[in-house]
Amino acid sequence: MIEYVIMIFLAISVTFNMLGSIALHRFPDVYTRLHGATKCTTFGTIFATFAVILHAIVRLKETGNPKYLQMALHSAVALLALLLTNPVGAHAIAKASHMSGYLPKRAVVDAYLEKRREKRNE
Amino acid sequence: MSFIAAFVWSYFLWLVLTAGSKGMLWSPQELIAGLLFSAIVGYATRNIIGEKASRFLNPVKWVLFIAYAPVLFWGMTRANLDVAYRVITGKIRPGIVRVPVNLDNDAQYTILGNSITLTPGTLTIEACPEEKALYVHWINIPEGLEWPESSEPVSGPFEKWARRLGE
Repeated sequence: MIEYVIMIFLAISVTFNMLGSIALHRFPDVYTRLHGATKCTTFGTIFATFAVILHAIVRLKETGNPKYLQMALHSAVALLALLLTNPVGAHAIAKASHMSGYLPKRAVVDAYLEKRREKRNE
Repeated sequence: MSFIAAFVWSYFLWLVLTAGSKGMLWSPQELIAGLLFSAIVGYATRNIIGEKASRFLNPVKWVLFIAYAPVLFWGMTRANLDVAYRVITGKIRPGIVRVPVNLDNDAQYTILGNSITLTPGTLTIEACPEEKALYVHWINIPEGLEWPESSEPVSGPFEKWARRLGE
């Protein structure tokens, strides 16, 4: 029974990671690609980690071997680190590309560009 | 105070990482080594963490963070279904909008910016505490929302949460 839950989690994870990769091909510029690269891969990796934790808990109950406890805890720590660093990295890439003059394509409004122009004119 | 906060959190992380070294618990060597290394980390970072470090030890904040997790997770689920839809259909209307927010300190800006990046169709590009605004790349701007008046259409309930968590 629990194996099927783990399989479903892994299937969700792989699906969203695949969608993130497709997003890199389909979207027109760096900002929209970052949407795919940050959101889909974070969500996919969360489910992969859930699957690992669930598997470790099941094995821990079966065998009582403490190495499965370590496996679950370390995966949880890795998940927290991922949740903290992924948005920060995306923000840094987006800001750096805007600063170096790579503007969003097909944009209907660019408030940040106007703000930077105002700042330069002052 | 900042030494104590850093020490407690590094020791906690050490305990999590070394659990299971003796049966299901910790061997005495690991406990002593953890004390030593946490003291070094706490001493080295005492000036970086700053004066407001005591809020990291506030149990109310931990409970709030745990209560925040399902809200964030639900936001992420919607974000991913939304991005998946846009990946498959290719329907986008992107742009960078200025979002006025009503927050006070850097921690609140960090929490709100990161939450916005993880939730539907939005990506924080710049936070400007001096003019109380976030610049957010929005993948599908609805008609008429090019200059939003409040953060509600962009971030939903997250501004409220960020204010509560970062106080």
